[in-house]
Amino acid sequence: MADMTGTALAPQLYLQAQARWRAIEVAFWLATLLPFVLLPNYLVLASQIAITALFALSLDLILGYAGIVSLGHAAFFGLGAYTAGIISKFGWGEPLSGLLVASILAGTVGYASSFIIARFRHLALIMITLGLGLLLHEAANSAHWLTGGADGLQGVKIWRLLGRFNFDLWGYTAYAYSLIVLFLVFLVARRLIHSPFGLALRGIRENSVRMPAIGAPSRSHIRTVYTIAAVIAGVAGALLAQTTETVSLEVLSFGRSADVVVILILGGAGRLYGGLIGAIIYMVARDQFSGINPQFWYFWIGSLLVAVVIFLPNGILGGLAALAARWRSRS
Amino acid sequence: MSAPVLSTRGLDKSFGSLVVAKNIELALPKGVRYALIGPNGAGKTTLINMITGMVRPNAGQIFLGEDDITRLEPEARVKRGLVRTYQINTLFPDLNALESVALTICERRGVAATWWRGLAGYREEADEAFEILSSLSLGSVCYRRTRELAYGQQRLLEIALALATRPKVLLLDEPAAGVPKDESAELFRAIAGLSQDITVLFIEHDMNLVFRFASRIIVMVGGRILVAGTPEEIAADPRVREVYLGEAGHG
Repeated sequence: MADMTGTALAPQLYLQAQARWRAIEVAFWLATLLPFVLLPNYLVLASQIAITALFALSLDLILGYAGIVSLGHAAFFGLGAYTAGIISKFGWGEPLSGLLVASILAGTVGYASSFIIARFRHLALIMITLGLGLLLHEAANSAHWLTGGADGLQGVKIWRLLGRFNFDLWGYTAYAYSLIVLFLVFLVARRLIHSPFGLALRGIRENSVRMPAIGAPSRSHIRTVYTIAAVIAGVAGALLAQTTETVSLEVLSFGRSADVVVILILGGAGRLYGGLIGAIIYMVARDQFSGINPQFWYFWIGSLLVAVVIFLPNGILGGLAALAARWRSRS
Repeated sequence: MSAPVLSTRGLDKSFGSLVVAKNIELALPKGVRYALIGPNGAGKTTLINMITGMVRPNAGQIFLGEDDITRLEPEARVKRGLVRTYQINTLFPDLNALESVALTICERRGVAATWWRGLAGYREEADEAFEILSSLSLGSVCYRRTRELAYGQQRLLEIALALATRPKVLLLDEPAAGVPKDESAELFRAIAGLSQDITVLFIEHDMNLVFRFASRIIVMVGGRILVAGTPEEIAADPRVREVYLGEAGHG
């Protein structure tokens, strides 16, 4: 069985092999460049996918790896979006520093709320994250003077990227910008997952009761990962605000929090590429289904979700991995 | 005899009207192998839960060496060398054995919060993990996920996790529970072979194992310590006989 490949290997070589880049990963990232040449009309969509993928990646760190369920993750996405939008409205539209400020603010709020999050699990956690999300949504709704409330934030103006690249109507700059940020953050997340901390997160997911008994400060680990996830979600939100030059209340909505959970479960939670694959499938499906049937596209998304959860409980990537393992053991 | 490594003073605990611990006084000198026995519901596991901080006592104190640890969090007690295993496998099902033990070692060495450096860079930790697993004859299955390990191997992994914390005091809650007879003796030989620096208190129902491996036996009944003594003293004690034979009489 599987131990034929394993037993001969020294522990360190095994760990190195776990973290090694695989050919399929390189192929995946090369394929993300294809839209520039093959689908130049879909670059706006591609940039939205990259942003959603980044958002899903941030949720994967807490939900997929540490097992911390959140139904209010849009709070940090929205914070990032509003921060980037508002500072540009007040005269500072430089994108990279906007991204930085947005991520710092989202991270600060994430760190503050992590003290509550780290104390709860399961149903209580779902309710708390849901409540915090709704709270922020209503706060933004009522702070009309700052956020524009239900009318959306008016007057977002983003400067040229690096002083050179205009955010064009076709989405060239938007997609290149989103993709580069996604890739850089992905590299950080990938390193994190293969670090001792990444192992500790999986430990929390697998058995949070056992963690104290091996001397692990689970709560402090949870605070760290929750803050990191908030920073990344903030970056994703800021990217959306900057590339679309609009911010509406939708960025803080329950719908966005729920969608990102759906995306992660579709793709495969607890896998680095789960959120990315999920985002591609979900966004493309939404684009296609809403083209066919603008009113009922959620029907198809719902069917897709039910089918995946029934037939591929570990998501699409989980199913593919199981298939690959079976194929390998046969050959 | 030297000063006790682990001691308790007047530990009380009750859940509602159910008294599970009443005035528990323990003293474990360094390096001993003590057994804690008693009928089901005597409060043995609750005592371990209190000592390791999983359950707060209503009254009393717990000392590790000279230090009062009654109010410390479980993970802080582990850091000081007070470690337990569980009666029912309490492991990390989706991690493999090497990862589980390496995680424990990373926590002990304070590097588990490091997220910017790859795990493969921690060679000493990985080698130590492999060494511990090999010493418990788990080396050949160390890349297999915990859920795929045989039950006996999972029991050994419980002990491997405890050893990886470098314990001073090890509390084993029925380490051989559910393990076939021939394998359980082997498991106890591994426990008996532990370094003499480690103080061990184990709960066990199999009297053959208890009398073979314990240097001293503590008998608990109804939340109280009935008697404590050498295996010979316990074997000859009429009260102990009554508790066990009385129980057998009902069954």
